[in-house]
Amino acid sequence: MSSVTLHDVRFVEPEGTRNYITHDYGALSWLLTKDHKRIAILYLFSITALFMLGGFFAVVMRIELLTPEGDLLTSDTYNKFFTLHGIVMIFFFLIPSIPAVLGNFLLPLMLGAKDLAFPKINLLSWYLYMIAAVMGLYIIITGGVDTGWTFYTPFSTQYSNTHVFGVTFAAFIVGFSSILTGLNFLVTIHRMRAPGLTWFRLPLFVWAMYATSIVQLLATPVLAITLVMLMFERVVHVGIFDPALGGDPLLFQHMFWFYSHPAVYIMILPAMGVASEVVAAFTRKKIFGYAFVAYSSLAIAFLGFLVWAHHMFVAGISVYSAMIFSFLSYFVAVPSAIKVFNWTATLYRASVALMTPMLYILGFIGLFTIGGVTGLFLAAIGLDVHVTDTYFVVAHFHYIMVGGAVMAYMAGLHYWWPKITGRMYPEWWARLAALLIFAGFNLTFFPQFILGYLGMPRRYHAYAPEFQVLNVMSTAGASVLAVGYALPLVYLIWSLWYGRKAGPNPWGAVGLEWATSSPPPMENFHETPVVTWDAYDYPAMMKAMGETQNV
Amino acid sequence: MLSDFPLWPEQASTIASDVDALMTFLCVVTGTVSVLIFVVIFYLAIKYRRTPENQLAQDYEPPKALEAAWIIIPFLVFMFMFVWGSWLYFRIQRVPDNALDIYATGKQWMWKFQHPSGQREINTLHVPVGRPIRITMASEDVIHSLYFPAFRVKADVLPNRYKEMWFQATRTGRYHIFCAEYCGTLHSGMTGWVEVMEPTDYQKWLAGGAEGSLASQGEKLFQKYACNTCHTNDATGRGPVLLGLYGTNVMLTNDATVVADENYIRESILNPQAKIVKGFTGIMPTFQGQMSEDDLLKLVSYVHSLGAQKTAVVPVETPSSIKTSAGSPLNPGAGNKGTKP
Repeated sequence: MSSVTLHDVRFVEPEGTRNYITHDYGALSWLLTKDHKRIAILYLFSITALFMLGGFFAVVMRIELLTPEGDLLTSDTYNKFFTLHGIVMIFFFLIPSIPAVLGNFLLPLMLGAKDLAFPKINLLSWYLYMIAAVMGLYIIITGGVDTGWTFYTPFSTQYSNTHVFGVTFAAFIVGFSSILTGLNFLVTIHRMRAPGLTWFRLPLFVWAMYATSIVQLLATPVLAITLVMLMFERVVHVGIFDPALGGDPLLFQHMFWFYSHPAVYIMILPAMGVASEVVAAFTRKKIFGYAFVAYSSLAIAFLGFLVWAHHMFVAGISVYSAMIFSFLSYFVAVPSAIKVFNWTATLYRASVALMTPMLYILGFIGLFTIGGVTGLFLAAIGLDVHVTDTYFVVAHFHYIMVGGAVMAYMAGLHYWWPKITGRMYPEWWARLAALLIFAGFNLTFFPQFILGYLGMPRRYHAYAPEFQVLNVMSTAGASVLAVGYALPLVYLIWSLWYGRKAGPNPWGAVGLEWATSSPPPMENFHETPVVTWDAYDYPAMMKAMGETQNV
Repeated sequence: MLSDFPLWPEQASTIASDVDALMTFLCVVTGTVSVLIFVVIFYLAIKYRRTPENQLAQDYEPPKALEAAWIIIPFLVFMFMFVWGSWLYFRIQRVPDNALDIYATGKQWMWKFQHPSGQREINTLHVPVGRPIRITMASEDVIHSLYFPAFRVKADVLPNRYKEMWFQATRTGRYHIFCAEYCGTLHSGMTGWVEVMEPTDYQKWLAGGAEGSLASQGEKLFQKYACNTCHTNDATGRGPVLLGLYGTNVMLTNDATVVADENYIRESILNPQAKIVKGFTGIMPTFQGQMSEDDLLKLVSYVHSLGAQKTAVVPVETPSSIKTSAGSPLNPGAGNKGTKP
């Protein structure tokens, strides 16, 4: 153990020094910024707007599903709503959420760097995102698209009369935003770590972002290729996927899921990274089995590429390939289980503070566990035949993506909010919102597991009357959930002016991001930090702090 | 109206109880583990909560053997699930030798079944109890998925390729048929019923209506009278699309609307000029005096059967508007009550 502790290495600026927010004023200073923190803020605004749009579609769908008859929307409008809900939430919210907002803001801070490796490319990736988002909005206003976010052929290439071309083109563009972010992070993590910050001293969030970036860089181009082929077939009628033109619709599914399954890991790996940071900070303890948690991120990223056909067990693949993909799907569940057990074990003999970020993360662990174990049901191929394409699947992936990724995003947003804005959020309101989201989420999605096993198919505008009670429960839960999401929007904005001043390290957490001011100065650290301690070195830090005062 | 409130689906095939057994096993195992994790987290979070005396985690590392335990034990449990699931999958995929053949076609948005004896039906399937049924199927357009929840089987139906599925019903009764793969506007209306009958009843049913239901006889007439040359039921037709028409409001050239009920359909066959759908011209010839009431009834009931769902249906666009609509409002005018998102 080195004699230098983190506590000694403070880079806090004197009061009144300009930070990244007050460094420049005016719209252009934001729109042309190359600062990773400001770009993170640009992303924060953009994805929040699109989250509200995606949420609007969800709320209207839940109201429609209060009654078995299709009475609020026409069938075509309903179909467009679930399509747009999926596209907006996946491509424009979940995939950029943690990487582009929290990752952008924190990665250089955690590494002790001044910025990402390629600041201009970082800004470009935001512009690509915005171009795609504006295209998407234009398409929504002018009629939308009804293929489902999965764009299955030949429906998307020959039969849909909606804006398939425009939407796939927008998804194609936003894919490049994702690729560039991944590339930027990879190079940054390799090349820009502070002196002494070796790989096994990295915070687990950095490991998670590293694994995520690999997936973004390797999987997204396959989506781009697939979408180009889809556009080509739709416009020029070259037979690739449409059997009427000599193509094969299963080829599309293979190619689509080769990206879209790893895309699930683009959403959940960063969430796991946030969970590790928050658990460490609010237990004042090193994550149990640090190396296992770090390697399990890489294992998930790698194995995630080998399970795509588990979306196709009834689509017409051979019995033996179904068996192989079932086996590999169970295999990828192991590293996820490792993480859950390690987070839980970290609580043992810890100092657990149940502040809002920790509440979100404990909720995350529970919901991610339910989402994960229901994946075991779907990987059992004989059972999958019954439950695939039903609400069981809908419930399963919402537990992973909302219960997992969104809960962790909320945790991260609250945890780093004082660092980003320099202000504390109001704790009481934030805990209330966390509890509402947790309760509302379960009430919305747990009944859908039962609905799915009863046989209610997905993407149904009208349904059989015996499914109504569970659908009413689900809609009731969705309204609680909507209130839960609206609250942070209000109190976080409120806190920008009225929140308590945070100071550099309100949580008493370790990690380089807490060693600089809140909000950080433009160049993050006025001198390059030299790292001589392991990640989550709470014992050393606490020893130093115990001699001064308790936080 | 809240009707009955089931929590477990009906079991009506030989495979259903086996699928439910695996389901129960998984629920018990994963439920126990999940509850255990919740309890442990809750207990630890309370027991080791931060207090003025407990500001600092204890310097304690749990034994590393735990790490190996929770890699190996879950893996072995997962492998057990894998083997059980695969065994079940083999049973679901392997068709018994003595199966009765039925042919199915999926098209936007109906299921057509054909029995070997020539009996045809739409959105209803009659099968005998206690006998394996093999369904050979293909799609006429997009991918559909034929799903019998009570039998716990489904299979995607692909264009240009035959696929097989099988089941053996164990209880007589009436069970849902759903389309489980999203296939366009009336996907949720692409449903029907499977009628499981005693073998003797099934024989009677086969003998009774060898010509098929009214609707399927109507379908033959629809071709005999060449209705299908203009009412192609897709965007290229010169006549209005009849899929999903029944029961909806139709907007006419004089901007009046009329409900598409039996009388309207009958009038439109016998006197097409009376009410012309907005966006079309009156090119259809009259069939007054050329068609018996019997045939008319069959045709009407066929058009009725095309209206799979009660909701308002947005008509498919005319071909000219498709080509020019890239970037203009997509919702067509006639009878459209669709709200733009």
